[in-house]
Amino acid sequence: MSARSLKVLIIDANLVRAAILEEGLRDCGEIEVHHIREMSNLLPRVAAIDPDVILIDLENPSRDTLEQMFQVSRWAERPIAMFVDKSDSDAVQAAIDAGVSAYVVDGLRRERIKPVLDVTISRFNAFHRLQQELNEARSALADRKIIERAKQILIERQGCTEAVAYALLRRTAMDQGRKIADIARALVTAADLLQPGEGK
Amino acid sequence: MTRRLNVGFMPLVDAASLIAAAERGFAVAEGLELALVRQASWASLRDHLNLGHLDCAQALAPLPIAARLGIGQVRSELVAPFVLSRGGNAITLSLELTDEIRRANGGTSPGDAKSWARALAIALRHRVAPVTLAMVYPFSGHNFELRYWLAAAGIHPDRDVRLIAIPPPLMVESLRAGQIDGFCVGAPWNGLAAADGVGEIVATKSEIFPHGIEKVLAVPLRLLDDELVTASLLRALAAAARWCDDPANHVDLAELLARPSYLGTDPEQSLRALRGQLQVRSGRADPDYLYFSRLDANRPRREEALWLYAQMRRWGQVRSSTPAVMRATEAEAAAAFRPDVYARVFGGGVDTPRPIPACDRVEFDGVSVGSYLQLFDLATPFGADHRSL
Repeated sequence: MSARSLKVLIIDANLVRAAILEEGLRDCGEIEVHHIREMSNLLPRVAAIDPDVILIDLENPSRDTLEQMFQVSRWAERPIAMFVDKSDSDAVQAAIDAGVSAYVVDGLRRERIKPVLDVTISRFNAFHRLQQELNEARSALADRKIIERAKQILIERQGCTEAVAYALLRRTAMDQGRKIADIARALVTAADLLQPGEGK
Repeated sequence: MTRRLNVGFMPLVDAASLIAAAERGFAVAEGLELALVRQASWASLRDHLNLGHLDCAQALAPLPIAARLGIGQVRSELVAPFVLSRGGNAITLSLELTDEIRRANGGTSPGDAKSWARALAIALRHRVAPVTLAMVYPFSGHNFELRYWLAAAGIHPDRDVRLIAIPPPLMVESLRAGQIDGFCVGAPWNGLAAADGVGEIVATKSEIFPHGIEKVLAVPLRLLDDELVTASLLRALAAAARWCDDPANHVDLAELLARPSYLGTDPEQSLRALRGQLQVRSGRADPDYLYFSRLDANRPRREEALWLYAQMRRWGQVRSSTPAVMRATEAEAAAAFRPDVYARVFGGGVDTPRPIPACDRVEFDGVSVGSYLQLFDLATPFGADHRSL
């Protein structure tokens, strides 16, 4: 076992996350990384690779398909363990928090698996942070756009300046304890509803 | 003070009593707040349960047994003190395959579940492409029903067809896409496939295993330490189950299940399942198709755990060992069901074993797994290479 490199299979439809993980695993020593992104016809693909470790999103519905395979292959002879050692509950908890599940062929030495799992957990977390930042950036952009539209409506209807329109939005938001973007969204929606002439 | 419990469930009609308990006041009446959390797969439900993210969950009846024996998963202390549902599953085949079966059957429709399987056996002899059938999980009633139905007609489930596992919400799409030729799944997914013209229902669980156990409430052993919470939970579920069985509530229940956070599917098919009006053959209503409370449904029985364990043995899921080890394994499997906990809350004793019937008239006497298994010609040894069967 120790003579050959460790075969790690990443099952993930998300190409970015898989790439981030794969890159991290390259630095873990003698590791052969495989990636399956297509969930259909999963079992023959996995069987052909015959991995020692499978990494898959905890919430991936294909996990049930995968677990059935463990009943009908060499995995049945060598029982799988989720994570290296169930007594290592911190590692399990960290993995679950990161949203990853790992299937490991039993009998592999702990020190061979540990770095793989550590990298997987940290890369999954890094990916989620990235995702969150992206979502925040997207929603900030959407907020700016809606505030811009609301200001235009106020300028047209009230004949006020841009500065006054913004101040009005901000004061209303403060009075109601809501975000400016929420007030702007309500105003734009109301304006759309009350605008019969534009065929909306 | 209200105790909050996180409850895992899968989008299936047989989650009804958990959902009704949370939504129709049965939990609150017992001082409980049930926070229902929908799960993406049975694997993920089990993991969240083992890690304490969920306090209890709807589970496939064999799941606590496999978990305690550490088969296909890390060993964990799950037990079932309550049966949530009986029946509810059915086998649906693609229209292409049912056409082939009718041709094999002399151009007519087979009359019952057993004849469909026998005609399928003939159709398989004429077929070039292998038939792939799906069930939901290796440790599931569906897997054992499908295997039993096939084997009763002489079709070896590991040699003559390919079996794969697919989560319930993906079944209909997989059949439509031609990735599988049929499936065994719970309600409302068979009805949805039939209504969409994607498949034809050929057999129900109530035909294969009358009154067969389906979903249980799985709890980590440590929850039972809190006797008050356990008793409150069981009472709330029993009341909810009675409500679910009452035809007067079926329309309300079907609409409740249709909510996006629960099943998010057409209420019509859930209603049909609740009323036992599946689109199968004559279309006559089958009152035993799916039920939640009647006939002492909620009481877990030791012999049912043994019977499920026997199915696991028959299909090679359990490693064979010395007689002493096998006896200990069997006892451990039986301990996954807790009729004692149920009896503590609702009274009644721990009954003498009742025989468990099946479509081929082979009964499990409720006692001897070994002599039961000798009744079958078709089986799969543990670790078998399926090409050699």
